[in-house]
Amino acid sequence: MPAARTGPSLLMMLVVAVPVIAALAVLPRLVDLYQTELLIYGLTFAIAALGFNLLLGYTGLLSFGHSAYFGTGAYTVAFIVRDLHVQSMELCILGGLLSTLVISALFGYVCVRHTRIFFGILTLALSQVLWSLAFKFFWVTGGTDGIRVARTGVTLLGGLIDFKGSGSYQKFVYAYYYYVLGLFVLATAIMWVIVHSPFGKALQAIRDNEIRASFVGIRVRRYRWLAFVISGCFTGLAGVLWVPLNGLTTPEILYWPFSGEIVFMTVLGGFRTFAGPIVGAIAFNYLKVYAVASSQYWQMVLGCVLVVLVMLLPTGIVGTLARLATKLRRG
Amino acid sequence: MALLQTVDLKRYFGETRAVDNVNLSIEEREFVSLVGPNGAGKTSLINVISALLQVESGKIIFKGEDITRLSVTERVKAGIARSFQLVNVFDDLTTFDNVALAIFSREGKTAHLATLAHLDHAVADEADRILNQFGLAAKRSDNARDLAQGERKLLDVALAYALKPKLLFLDEPTSGVSTRDKAQIMDTIASVVRGEGITAVIVEHDMDVVFKYSDRIVVMAQGAILAQGTPDEIRKNEQVAMVLLGSSGPDAFTRKD
Repeated sequence: MPAARTGPSLLMMLVVAVPVIAALAVLPRLVDLYQTELLIYGLTFAIAALGFNLLLGYTGLLSFGHSAYFGTGAYTVAFIVRDLHVQSMELCILGGLLSTLVISALFGYVCVRHTRIFFGILTLALSQVLWSLAFKFFWVTGGTDGIRVARTGVTLLGGLIDFKGSGSYQKFVYAYYYYVLGLFVLATAIMWVIVHSPFGKALQAIRDNEIRASFVGIRVRRYRWLAFVISGCFTGLAGVLWVPLNGLTTPEILYWPFSGEIVFMTVLGGFRTFAGPIVGAIAFNYLKVYAVASSQYWQMVLGCVLVVLVMLLPTGIVGTLARLATKLRRG
Repeated sequence: MALLQTVDLKRYFGETRAVDNVNLSIEEREFVSLVGPNGAGKTSLINVISALLQVESGKIIFKGEDITRLSVTERVKAGIARSFQLVNVFDDLTTFDNVALAIFSREGKTAHLATLAHLDHAVADEADRILNQFGLAAKRSDNARDLAQGERKLLDVALAYALKPKLLFLDEPTSGVSTRDKAQIMDTIASVVRGEGITAVIVEHDMDVVFKYSDRIVVMAQGAILAQGTPDEIRKNEQVAMVLLGSSGPDAFTRKD
């Protein structure tokens, strides 16, 4: 008699995913323009956190330098639009992914030779190299002024949708929402397959016990490097999508506090669950926006949330909900 | 030609001679026990041969090829696998995933990132077969950290076995488990190893176990090989009895003082 298979049920995944995607698809009809815009930011950061968590949750490596890949994606779009006068968002995505692939392969090659705090410090240091380049080479990067990428300067779906003329802001927010949502669903599906693939299992084995992983024949450093590059590319894609929405890229998104925010999002949602970073990123975005709007001491508000979170909900929002659900099921 | 041969193998820790000029030869399909008092260098010898420790000098010849400079993963690919004295498994993976991962690795599939692991039925079936052989089928969906000590020991061995090695090192597979579990673990290991014709080298303190299962016993003391021979030869060796038991005589190994 064949034993029951272990592993995720595709059906269960669809049961969760389809209603969530459907809800996200109708949401712009229910909420106002501003809320829709906030949600685009949330979905963008969710892609970044999803990529980041391949390293933290699945490979056991805490990067403090993921701003580097987000920023690389963002600046690449800005360069492409400004210097090559390209308008197609698809070409921008391609360019952004290529540049983050190169940068994360390069940085990753150096960083994965170390683990724990040494890995964290190296990722931080390398990201700050990029930040200082963006900060100092103002004739290329615009320095602290950054580079403007006007939404009227980009087109979607190979030029099918542009944002010129009156009412373009509203049109942009709605069209871009569905554009980002589509890419978010695609990115999430790809990541889901990766973490449930033999490669994903190998990463989890490395996270659990790197010595034993090498004794079952896994080339630990090479796999960490691969995970690093994939993680960088996801975060780079988020950076690419963020620029037209923000209308501007500045060195701030290469600066270390932004790396900290990516860590925060992931921990908030729960880094030991697949959906944690997604929920965490969207929740963090709202939290930050409303904290900034309600108090000039918004950093303190976020700090307090982080302390409470670590002390009371160490498994994050999704981790805690999952535990509660298990408890309820068992009665 | 021997499956494994070490030539003047040395590994020192400062003044301590953990492995001291060891010339060991293991024939194919042999079941060899490595015995000796604590600190004799048994685990160090296994660590050096499996590349967990670097060689100071000497050579390791496996299947006629010099593997002295190969990395851990290269030696695994060559056909050397091992288990560990302290249980060394993937705690946050299920028992099933632990074994399946070793099979994926053996088949060069761990780099596959666009296929779902659980849909590979050939690997799943083999993993289930191995879990059955090791009596772990009922625990297939439990995380490794939730298993009992004896089960964890078996899983550690099953992980190494799933690599289908030519040569399997087992470092104290029964340490820290009850006497009842010990017999079950050893019976399982012996049947699997003998059934598949795997060459096994086992480090063990329990001489009853050693005499019962071994084709040949190698006795180590202070990093060097003191004696080797069949269980009968070792049983009669007074020097070995003195080193292992602190007393000698014709029935030193059976006497219950």
